[in-house]
Amino acid sequence: MSELRYRDALGAALREELHRDERVLLMGEDIGVFGGAFKVTAGLLEEFGERRVRDTPISENTIVGMGVGAAMSGLRPVVELMTINFSLLAFDQIVNHAAHIHYMFGGQVRVPLVVRMPQGAGHQLGPTHSHCLEALFLHVPGLLVAVPATAADAKGLLKSAIRDDNPVIFIEHESLYGVRGEVPDSEEHLVDFGRARVSREGSDVTIVAVSRMALTAERAAAVLADEHGVQAEVIDPRTLRPLDLDTILASVRKTNRCVIVEEGWPHGGVGANLAALVCEQAFDDLDAPVARVSGADVPMPYSKPLEDIAYPHEPQIVDAALQTLGAAGSR
Amino acid sequence: MGAPAKADVARLPEPDVAREWLATMTLIRRFEERAGEMYARAKVGGFLHLSIGEEATIVGSARALRTTDYLVSTYRSHGHALVRGTPPEKVMAELFGRVDGCSRGRGGSMHMFDLERRFMGGYGIVGGNLPIAAGVALASDYTGTDEVTLCTFGDGACNQGTFGETLNLAALWRLPVVFMVTNNQFGMGTALQRHSAVTDLRRKGEGLGVPGMSCDGMDVLDTHAVLSWAVERVRTERRPVLVEAITYRFRGHSMADPEQYRTKEEVAQWRERDPIPAFGELLLGAGVLDERQREQIDADAVARVDAAVQFAESSPHPEPDSLYDDVYVLDRARWGTYSVKTTDPQAHPSSPAERQRDDAAQAADGADEIPQQMSDALLLGEEAT
Repeated sequence: MSELRYRDALGAALREELHRDERVLLMGEDIGVFGGAFKVTAGLLEEFGERRVRDTPISENTIVGMGVGAAMSGLRPVVELMTINFSLLAFDQIVNHAAHIHYMFGGQVRVPLVVRMPQGAGHQLGPTHSHCLEALFLHVPGLLVAVPATAADAKGLLKSAIRDDNPVIFIEHESLYGVRGEVPDSEEHLVDFGRARVSREGSDVTIVAVSRMALTAERAAAVLADEHGVQAEVIDPRTLRPLDLDTILASVRKTNRCVIVEEGWPHGGVGANLAALVCEQAFDDLDAPVARVSGADVPMPYSKPLEDIAYPHEPQIVDAALQTLGAAGSR
Repeated sequence: MGAPAKADVARLPEPDVAREWLATMTLIRRFEERAGEMYARAKVGGFLHLSIGEEATIVGSARALRTTDYLVSTYRSHGHALVRGTPPEKVMAELFGRVDGCSRGRGGSMHMFDLERRFMGGYGIVGGNLPIAAGVALASDYTGTDEVTLCTFGDGACNQGTFGETLNLAALWRLPVVFMVTNNQFGMGTALQRHSAVTDLRRKGEGLGVPGMSCDGMDVLDTHAVLSWAVERVRTERRPVLVEAITYRFRGHSMADPEQYRTKEEVAQWRERDPIPAFGELLLGAGVLDERQREQIDADAVARVDAAVQFAESSPHPEPDSLYDDVYVLDRARWGTYSVKTTDPQAHPSSPAERQRDDAAQAADGADEIPQQMSDALLLGEEAT
């Protein structure tokens, strides 16, 4: 084990896979000379050269589309987009092409493409740089969606993503890049898609939390235990497609209560989807309605105090959990 | 038509080759006519975009390629599949939506594909194919081959963002792509001069570092000559080129087009330059073809199309069970729920007990290789059954 920052764990995954497989190449805006907008790719250009680590113009749709074409031709491209908001410029290539080509052409060709990008609020970047859009990608059959919250998962999931034959939307979080965590040293440290991480066991309420919220939820669970005597089970799905529904349902059958936490918008969001699945599959096991904690249903404001209340923090999660237990709000 | 000009005769390829070009253009024409009939008889669904009138652009360009080169096309791509050698049976079966179609009935008219023949697809989004073609070329470059990718698109696509983005990037990275704009004078129903500020389309690449040239897309010889030059230049110099093939589609944009945006006279004028009779006359005049051979070429094309229709009629529809096949590639160990089948009450029956059992079974097998066909398991959220 080594203690690594989330960004360095990602960088290590890229480095190892570049070494392991000649077909892997990186493309993206400012990933080379600049070292990456968030320094994930720092040093890789020097180590692997311009053939394999490619700075691109600011042309998101074409960068992703070239990744699609290269993947169809046998390469395993990893495309970096500077933020998830910019991926909207590439939505045609991601949805109409990357996600559908394997199906649309009758299974003749595969698209082993990884598109990496960070999301998240907290840096006062306003409405075009701060959103959490995993639900948009979750919606699309044909895509796999990973949302790692820890350094170990960042590395293990990225390595799995690069080795997968499906197009993977790999969603990092801007606020996590500097967070340290224990990461296995093995170059074969892979985290399987579709297997949730249970970060805390408990019998009173299940909290499913996505991306950065997995860490916020762990802190909320500590508050619940320390201040309210409530034992929460915290589940980080790690991937949204495939989804480890079994682990979530098993937990709900044990606790009979479920809170879903996401940073993105509530309408049509990850929580809406998951709440529907839990209600369909475990309705009889629920002792309270499924509760959702989400980002505010607004474009992300620049103002610091407004931004702070536009995405979830521990108290909202604690409140939601207590409400499923029939308690009044904690505040 | 009169006697062919000496210059034309001098440009003719070997007689066998010339006859094959005529035969392929004729096959595409007869195929498209029949596809239109089948559409009118509701055998073909969706949209149907015919390339009647544009056959010289298809054959002239594709015959400038080696079999190891790649071709990337648009939603008007039946002819591109045929010219690459995809059997007419498989193209017609795709139009009919049958399992023996070249995309197994999943793509339809707009999404033909034949990996074996390096026909890398028809694409339904205008301009969506340009980045993909550049990516195919990137792979050729990356792996050190001298393959070239020919990317065709219409005049309407020149106004898409991907046109500028992809030409710039292809020039910057010196990718071996020939961008060929098939200028048929209309982006759907909007005439060239009404959709593009610059109507000399070959010039639209200049500011992006991609030199341009044009060819007479109604003349298979000229198209072939210009494209051959372009393809070989791209192959040796590793720099993209833009070629504008000036042509005209004789039929509507799709079958649902009342053609109110152009006059019958204009269509009739272009039809006088129909590339197939023109090339036939040229070959007759040059003594490469006699009248009997010309008739035989047409009869053969009709017979092949007849056989294609018969094949498509008899090919089965895809099984309902195959609905979820090939949404995902499933050749590694799989966990979790990939697809949600809300209509099926058995969509998520997998329990932790079942999972543990499967875990144990898999561990006992000592393998994480999973058979390809496991769409049921996929829906059930299990890893192996």
